[in-house]
Amino acid sequence: MHDVDAIYRAESRRVLATLIRLLGDFDLAEEALHDAFAAAVERWPRDGVPANPRAWLVSTGRFKAIDQLRRRATFDASLGALAQELADAAVPEPDVSDDGVEDDRLRLIFTCCHPALAPDAQVALTLREVCGLTTEEIAHAFLTTAPTVAQRIVRAKGKIREARIPYELPSRTDLPDRLGAVLRVVYLVFNEGYSATAGAAVTRHDLSGEAIRLGRLLVDLLPEPEAMGLLALMLLHDSRRAARADANGDLVLLDRQDRALWNRASIAEGVRLAERSLESLGRGPYALQAAIAAVHAEAGSADATDWNQIVGLYDVLLGLEPSPVVELNRAAAVAMRDGPDAGLHLIDAILARGELADYQFAHSARADLLRRLSRRDEAAAAYRRAIALSVQEPERRFLARRIAELG
Amino acid sequence: MKYLCLIYSDESQWPKMPKAESDQMMAEYMAFGQSIQKSGHYVGGNRLQPTSTASTVRIRNGKLSTTDGPFAETKEQLGGYYLIEAKDLNEAIQVGAKIPGARVGSIEVRPIAPM
Repeated sequence: MHDVDAIYRAESRRVLATLIRLLGDFDLAEEALHDAFAAAVERWPRDGVPANPRAWLVSTGRFKAIDQLRRRATFDASLGALAQELADAAVPEPDVSDDGVEDDRLRLIFTCCHPALAPDAQVALTLREVCGLTTEEIAHAFLTTAPTVAQRIVRAKGKIREARIPYELPSRTDLPDRLGAVLRVVYLVFNEGYSATAGAAVTRHDLSGEAIRLGRLLVDLLPEPEAMGLLALMLLHDSRRAARADANGDLVLLDRQDRALWNRASIAEGVRLAERSLESLGRGPYALQAAIAAVHAEAGSADATDWNQIVGLYDVLLGLEPSPVVELNRAAAVAMRDGPDAGLHLIDAILARGELADYQFAHSARADLLRRLSRRDEAAAAYRRAIALSVQEPERRFLARRIAELG
Repeated sequence: MKYLCLIYSDESQWPKMPKAESDQMMAEYMAFGQSIQKSGHYVGGNRLQPTSTASTVRIRNGKLSTTDGPFAETKEQLGGYYLIEAKDLNEAIQVGAKIPGARVGSIEVRPIAPM
């Protein structure tokens, strides 16, 4: 029983990925996985653990699925035909070598993150099928209900089946866009965990941990610069987890954080990956964001931060991915390098264009610069605007404290 | 498996197009049609006349009602379609993306229901 548990933890996701390919259906594969492990629990204590547990589980799962279909064929003739098709295809032993299985895991990730699926369905499906979270765990993490999550997953599987989304690796030409979709899902999961929306606590690190695990898997299977860049970015953000909130659960900003609480191992790994990613052809926005995070991580203190380098990196990032949010972050860095006036000028220009009017961080950043310029009334007004747009308790408390401090 | 590619665009823009541009579009559609016939994806396709020529038919409580215009007023209107054969959605999307209208409007790719 203990052996089966350990093997379940180590192999179940891989076995599932291969079974989906062999059986051509998610639900069939999940049932097959369940049946295979049920058989293992029954037989292995008696017969011993097989030499190649993965191959045994895949084989057993597949044949149990074929049996199931044959039984159901009495009610639905088409299932009998399917069962025969699968049985005929079952003659050569499936490739469960590490390479073969890695390909299957990639197929699974890319399929769960297919752009033809709704974004929230991509997230739910990935967490369920790739990470093995239960619908309850996913619902809890995203502050929604289990039936809602279950519905999303059912619809997504239906779409895969009815529209015939193929279980395959994208071609080389499609890879950048498709990888982009996967990274977007992973980063979304990380951000959900990093700053829990509308919640009382600042971080939900189990989701962030899941995202980092996914990020590692991706880099292992597909060492592309942007995959490395995203993993670096997540590791560097996560390295500050212990310092981000104080004992009361209140927000501690980067410049006030106790750097002794930063996780140096995560930083070392993150910096290494950021450098590799930055040096690669095909480096992109995640690599740049990771590089910026690395400059912060390597500064011994807030005062020692190389703001000039950060502004330079933002310039490159803006070239790759122009966006008002990136401009805003650059403006904050410019303010640190050249003084609050310079930064304020840039932020006001963004708002004057009609952008970021409802983005709380535009107003809190503006408020901060006004505060540093001793323009108290304007600062208070901007902080209040930010509070009105904020949904996180710790952030609201922080902003309220800033208003109080203005006097 | 068969898919229907429905071509939507803002038809009010068509008369505003300079002749050179619309001639260019025409030529691209011809080339596209030829290429998917050659590749074996083409099953059928047609350009539709504008929604001003449409009539909508409904039977309610056994009574026939015919009204002028498309079934609903929309920002983009159905202008044509291609019925294609493709091995999976990825292939169907690749074909749909090559439809010249994809650059100015939207192409809906929907699988045909099996009998």
